[in-house]
Amino acid sequence: MNLESIPLQAFLIVSSALFCIGIWGLLNSRNAVRVLMSIELMLNAVNINLMAFSSYVDNNLIQGQVFTIFVITVAAAEAAVGLAILLSLYRNRVTVDMESFNLLKW
Amino acid sequence: MSIAITTQFICFTVLSLVVIIGALGVVLLESIVYSAFLLGGVFMSVAGLYLLLNASFVAAAQVLVYVGAVNVLIIFAIMLVNKKEDLKPINDIKSRRVISTSICLTLLSLLIRVDLTNVWSLSSPQNSIGEESTIRIGEHLFSDYLLPFEVASVLLLMAMIGAIVLARRDVMSKDISTGLPVDQELIEKSSEPLLTNKN
Repeated sequence: MNLESIPLQAFLIVSSALFCIGIWGLLNSRNAVRVLMSIELMLNAVNINLMAFSSYVDNNLIQGQVFTIFVITVAAAEAAVGLAILLSLYRNRVTVDMESFNLLKW
Repeated sequence: MSIAITTQFICFTVLSLVVIIGALGVVLLESIVYSAFLLGGVFMSVAGLYLLLNASFVAAAQVLVYVGAVNVLIIFAIMLVNKKEDLKPINDIKSRRVISTSICLTLLSLLIRVDLTNVWSLSSPQNSIGEESTIRIGEHLFSDYLLPFEVASVLLLMAMIGAIVLARRDVMSKDISTGLPVDQELIEKSSEPLLTNKN
């Protein structure tokens, strides 16, 4: 095997695996903090994808890197608001179990 | 990129193994504190992958924002809500696990199939701007991405105010219109204070 550089597909497979692990954690976690961590994992998978495409497909006008900067900004805001919501939930319910937050269940 | 190709392959393999195994540890480990620290490791390895892609500015932003802010925030939240509680057992947990795992594996196989079979129109590596990417990002942010850049600042301000409003503890003690004391049970469930005053 004689390659010039790492293939683009390698980065895409890593990010696909990371995204699926994030979805699994989002669906199966009982702890609300772990759900937030899974969301961060999925956002990182998307970022790896954007960076890989920006480096391999569009390596002159690196627009993917600009998008990654914006995704990082939104992720920071999401984490701050999400953890604040979690704290106020914990103050009202005295638990972080996802199964006990069923007020909106029909 | 001036690193030899073999070194690049070794770095990529190690970093992706750390990313995948660390992510599995984040979702599978029993202790939430270990999960949080493993999440920091995953973020650092993702920053390493960005360095392999010639993006030093985004790698630095990743380390600063994710490891320095988001991960620390998550650890603080764990510290504030870390209470041992016995979770109620769910009766159909087995079928739920099976269904969600099969959905995730199906999605993973679909994504990998698309990754491997699609023909990507790769650009020639001679066009690569390499280390000039920081300058190029700055040009983008102040020309064609100026509006999203300004909107992001408003978003951060809104997130900051929202987080303060949602997380602050001192609620009003008197009703504004009537002046009567407010029933605190409606706003906040009374609980044992964490730090009892000894005096």
